[in-house]
This record gives sequence, structure tokens and C-alpha cells, in this order.
Amino acid sequence: MSDLRQIAFYGKGGIGKSTTSQNTLAALAEMGQKILIVGCDPKADSTRLILHSKAQDTILSLAADAGSVEDLELDDVMKVGYRDIRCVESGGPEPGVGCAGRGVITSINFLEEEGAYDGVDYVSYDVLGDVVCGGFAMPIRENKAQEIYIVMSGEMMAMYAANNISKGILKYANSGGVRLGGLVCNERQTDKEYELAESLAKKLGTTLIHFVPRDNIVQHAELRRMTVLEYAPDSKQAGEYRELAQKVHANKGNGTIPTPITMDELEDLLMEHGIMKQVDESQVGKSAAELAA
Amino acid sequence: MSLTVEQVKQRNKDLIKEVLEVYPDKTAKRRAKHLGTFEEGKPDCGVKSNIKSVPGVMTIRGCAYAGSKGVVWGPIKDMIHISHGPVGCGQYSWASRRNYYIGTTGIDTFVTMQFTSDFQEKDIVFGGDKKLEKIIDEIQELFPLNHGITVQSECPIGLIGDDIEAVSKKKNKEYNGHTIVPVRCEGFRGVSQSLGHHIANDAVRDWIFDKAGDKHPEFQTTPYDVAIIGDYNIGGDAWSSRILLEEMGLRVIAQWSGDGSLAELENTPKAKLNVLHCYRSMNYISRHLEEKYGVPWVEYNFFGPTKIAESLRTIANFFDDKIKEGAERVIAKYQPLMQAVIDKYRPRLEGKKVMLYVGGLRPRHVIGAYEDLGMEIVGTGYEFGHNDDYQRTTHYVKDGTLIYDDVTGFEFEKFVEAVQPDLVGSGIKEKYVFQKMGVPFRQMHSWDYSGPYHGYDGFAIFARDMDMAINNPVWGLTKAPWKSAA
Repeated sequence: MSDLRQIAFYGKGGIGKSTTSQNTLAALAEMGQKILIVGCDPKADSTRLILHSKAQDTILSLAADAGSVEDLELDDVMKVGYRDIRCVESGGPEPGVGCAGRGVITSINFLEEEGAYDGVDYVSYDVLGDVVCGGFAMPIRENKAQEIYIVMSGEMMAMYAANNISKGILKYANSGGVRLGGLVCNERQTDKEYELAESLAKKLGTTLIHFVPRDNIVQHAELRRMTVLEYAPDSKQAGEYRELAQKVHANKGNGTIPTPITMDELEDLLMEHGIMKQVDESQVGKSAAELAA
Repeated sequence: MSLTVEQVKQRNKDLIKEVLEVYPDKTAKRRAKHLGTFEEGKPDCGVKSNIKSVPGVMTIRGCAYAGSKGVVWGPIKDMIHISHGPVGCGQYSWASRRNYYIGTTGIDTFVTMQFTSDFQEKDIVFGGDKKLEKIIDEIQELFPLNHGITVQSECPIGLIGDDIEAVSKKKNKEYNGHTIVPVRCEGFRGVSQSLGHHIANDAVRDWIFDKAGDKHPEFQTTPYDVAIIGDYNIGGDAWSSRILLEEMGLRVIAQWSGDGSLAELENTPKAKLNVLHCYRSMNYISRHLEEKYGVPWVEYNFFGPTKIAESLRTIANFFDDKIKEGAERVIAKYQPLMQAVIDKYRPRLEGKKVMLYVGGLRPRHVIGAYEDLGMEIVGTGYEFGHNDDYQRTTHYVKDGTLIYDDVTGFEFEKFVEAVQPDLVGSGIKEKYVFQKMGVPFRQMHSWDYSGPYHGYDGFAIFARDMDMAINNPVWGLTKAPWKSAA
């Protein structure tokens, strides 16, 4: 196999996966890397900061118009954006109908068969919220992404999600080559966020690869459908993403097989850091009114 | 030479043990519950049934889609049944049940045609509701004389959550109340085709009876109206049954579902009695018709003159003397004809041993016909029977009969090898296995492209076919010449 690096970004919905991944990939492009982004979300918004627009021509919508995916050419679906980053969006059905998971599988198979990965250094998959079914696990299956980066924060639900995704990686780690590349903490300014992220990374048998501080410039760039790298290349935040990109680039082959923890262990972790108080078992399931009585 | 009942029971016990020894412990434990020997006086056959097949064995069962589309709905001739999903389910079962019907195919009847939504990748990803709407529109345009449409769900419909009920309701309105029935018979539901029968029966209840109301108020009833339930007119079975009921003075107002029509289904609540042949696949709707419309039902058996006479009398008992006399007249008329059949074939078939393995009602119902020819059933079992089938079987089988529920390919082969029957009656998948073992065989699902086997006319054909299979000179030529040559 060539030197092609295949990576994927997973994480709880709304955590900033797409923003983090596009900024990081833009920084990698700045370093001279040739990049392909595969958006695996029916909303098809994984490449809008690179393309400055939402990709309307997704693989699946074009396939539906043409009759079948076999009727498509690679050129029909591939767009080129900032610093020649190639972008494709899998797309999928409107909410509430059909099977989006099957759509992801169809799209990835199409890209591989059509040679979309030829001549690039990086393929990055951007996958929606959680590994809800086999389709959304496609990028972590055999011969797809080698390293998974989990975007998380100090919020409890984001940490739960990170742990769940680790379980998904573990499932395929033994049959294939997928590894956990590390955690990327997208700061939410919760209490002791850095420590908590570090501890979780340790428990999961990985590292906190980078702690991305919160900065409003990200919002400003997003409103203009741009990455920070493009909008404000000299900003401090752009530097953060460059650092993250360098760490990812240097992380080749350093991925680990994750060691997901139980719910109890996760809650213990939160208590250790004083985020969660030791709960009196007699209070579980009682409403505020009941406790006051 | 022939074994005593006790010896047979011991042999069966040893045989079952031998078969089970091959399995892993867990499988052996599970399969043991489905194999047994009938003990005279017991209320059932001593086997468990209607339980999920063991993974890894070759089961002979079908799926819920097969039970709904293939068995219950498919034969209704003036409706179009869409196999909704990928093409294979409809294509590979196309017209294979030989449900005969009268009509002009493609104009007013559609049984031997195959309608499918032929799902592609994009239909899975984006959902198939729009395609279903389009198919219904096309059907309405191309086949304007269809009286209704059913949507038979294949597995993917349930997986991707298509709303076929909404489409059916919408199109029903659009086409001025045209009957459109969504059926949730996804193949993965249940343990066999049996659940498909039940789902199909419920769909008739919910979408034909409850939704339609009385569509034929002009229909004139008589005191002698009956509906034939659970006869699929395989090779013309329902026709050779219907004429007997008519000859005894009854009026058959519906056939469920062989050569049946939507109007017949709709009128069935007006029957005075429902006569039920295949209990397994249509007891549900019979019970419903009794509970909701007060129509009683009675099971009958039209295989072989003994059971036919018994059944005609049972049915006649629901009516007045005119019908009772009619039944006697019919029995008397056909008795000499049947005696001639028996005189011809019994000497050639006397004492021959038969092993059966079939579906709905036949593992018990055909036993009388064999016995009329002097033949003996030494083993029988159901693909998808329930405990009430095995209870009913006790009235038919002899002490010591080998019983095998949801038999596996391996078990069936071993049993036949050891028991050495003169005839095996089962399906197409089994046919060539046993013929290659040198055992005569008849397909007892499709009547081996023959039939009918129901009624007096059917018995004559049945007797001829069994004789043809068993006494075929080919069996004398199956030994390798170098083994017999001196």
C-alpha cells in the first residue's frame, strides 16, 4: 500500500467535528499535503468551510438522479476547494426515510472503485454524531481509516460518546488495522476540562493529542464559510490548528487499540475531578420536590 | 419380518439417539425436543413446535413473506400482489404454487404474473415509498380491471422503515376507495412462514373487512351459503371440492383463496358456515369471522373416500335434512367409482410404507387417502406446525409413528435411510436427494405438477400418481450392473 494516510473524525453531535477537522486539514494542506475529505453525514456539511458553500451534488443525490451509482463519474461528485483540497459528500436521505447508513457504504465503495484515493496523501472521513449502525462504522472497518481522532470536550455527554466510539473502534481493531489516534479536546470552558480530558485519554489507552482553546474567531470564520486558516491565517487560533495538524502528521503509526471503560468507571472519573459529587444511593430517582420533603 | 409396535418404538428411539449424537451438545439438546414417537393415548405427538430453527442446519422452512404472498394472498386472482423490495423474493417464487384460476391473465386476473418494485441501492438509501406510489399508478393505468392491490413487504421494507400504510391510504383515496392492502410480512419476522399466514389473515381483517364495510348490499343470501377456507386450488383442488359441496345442495359463495376474488372475500361474512381445509394458515380469519359475524366454522378433510364421506356428513350436520340427504346421495354416487379405484390400485400398493414431511395440513390430512389404498404412514412431521396441529395429528397416526418437527436435511436423510419406506412425500428440495437414494418420491406441496388430489376426482389421480411413483420400473434398474453381475 502507498503512503496514503486514512483518518477519521468522530465525536458527539455538535461538538465541532466538522470545524475542527476542516481547520486541521486546511493546516495540513498548508504543509503541502494533498487531501481528500469524505463527508459521511446526510446533512452534507462536512466540506462547506473548504468549498465556501454547501455541496449540493452529493454522491447519493446524483446517483438517485442518474439511476444508480454505477452511472456516475468521479468528476461529477468531486469538488476542489481551498488549497486544492478535494471534497466529496456522501449525502443521504431526508430525515425519517430510507437508510443513511447504507448510503455511507455505497458512497465509500464508489469512491474506492473509482480511484478517488489515487494521488492524495490524506483521506479524511467526517462522520456524524455516533456509530449508530454498521453503515456509520464503515470508515473504521478493515482497510479504511487507520487512525480515528475523537473530538470531545469536558462535558459529560461528550465523554460518554468518546467512550462509546472507542468501543466501536475496539470491535474492529482486532479484525482490521484501525487504531485510536487520540482525543482532540475542543474547549467548552467546563471545570477542569484539560485535566479531565487528559485522564480520560489515559483511561482509554491513548493521548490527548491537542487541547484546542475556545476562540470566537472560529465563529467569525464560520459565518463566512471559511476555515480560520484562510480567514485569519496569522491569528493565534490558526496557530493552534497548525500545531494540531503537525501532531496528527507526526502521529503516523502511533495509534493504539483503545481500552473503553464502563459507565461506573467513567462516573468515578468525573467524581475524582470533583465534577460530579458522590451520589447518595437513596437519592437516585427522586425529584427535587421529593428530596425537599 | 415386520416389527412389532414395541420394536418400532425402540428402533425410533435408537434412531433419534443416533441422529442427535452427530450434533454439538447444545444443538442436540434443542433438536431432541422436536423428534419423537407417537404414543397411543397421548394428547399430542410429544414434540415441541413453532420454535426458531437451529442455525447451521438445513431447515426446510420458508419465511413470513412466503406465508403471506405465496400462500394466502397470492392466489386471489383479481388483485395484483406487489412483491415490495428487491427482485429475488418474487422472481424465484414466481407462480410456483400452481394455484389454478379462471380468467384472462393480464386483463382481469393476475395470479401467474410477477409484480415487483425491484429495489435498487437508491431505494434502500432514500426509501421506497415514492417508487411504490409510482408502481400503484402504473398498475392502475396498465391493468384498469384489477380489483385491488396488495403490498407484500420483503425484509428491507421493515429495516428502512418505509411507511407503506400511508402510501396505501393515500392511493386508496386517490383512486376512489380502490382496495389497497399493505401487508407487513417481512421475511425476518417469526420463525417460519406460519407468522406470514397470521399477518396475512390480520391484513384481510383490518383492510378488507374493517375498512371496506359491506360493499355488496345487493348480494342475495340463501340458507345454504358456505365459504371454502384454506384451499389454494393447487392443481384444481378447490374445484374438485366445490362440486361435491354443490352436489349436496350447498352454495359456495367464496373460495379462500385459490381461484378466489376480492368480492368473494368481502361477501364471506354473509356465509352460513365456513368450511376450513387448511387449519394452519386460515384458522385465524375463521375465528374472527365467528367472533365478529357469528359465522361458525368446521374443519374438513377431502383426501380419500373415507375422510371425504366423514367430512361431507360433518358439514351436512350444520344444515337441514335436505342437505343431509344430499350428502348421502353424493357419497352413494361416488362410492362405486372409488371402489373401482381402490380395486385397481390397492393390490399394487397394499402394505407400502410412506414417510411424509410437508406443511400446513397435509402431514395429517393425506394419511386417510394413503390408508384407503392399504398404505401405512410410518413417519410424519410439519415444517411450521404448532402444538394444535400435533394435537390434531393424534387422530390420524398409529401408535409408534416417527414424528419429526422442522426436520433438518440431515435428520430426514438418516431417518429415510434407516426406515427404508417405499415412498417419501415432501417438497422439491427433498425430491432428488431421495430419488438418488433409490427411494420413490412424490412432491406433496405442488402434487408434483399433477393434481387435483382433493375430492373424489382427486383421489383417482392421487392413487394413480402414487402407483406411478412406487411401481415405476426404473427402480429395478438403479442397481449398478457390476454389483449384480455374476
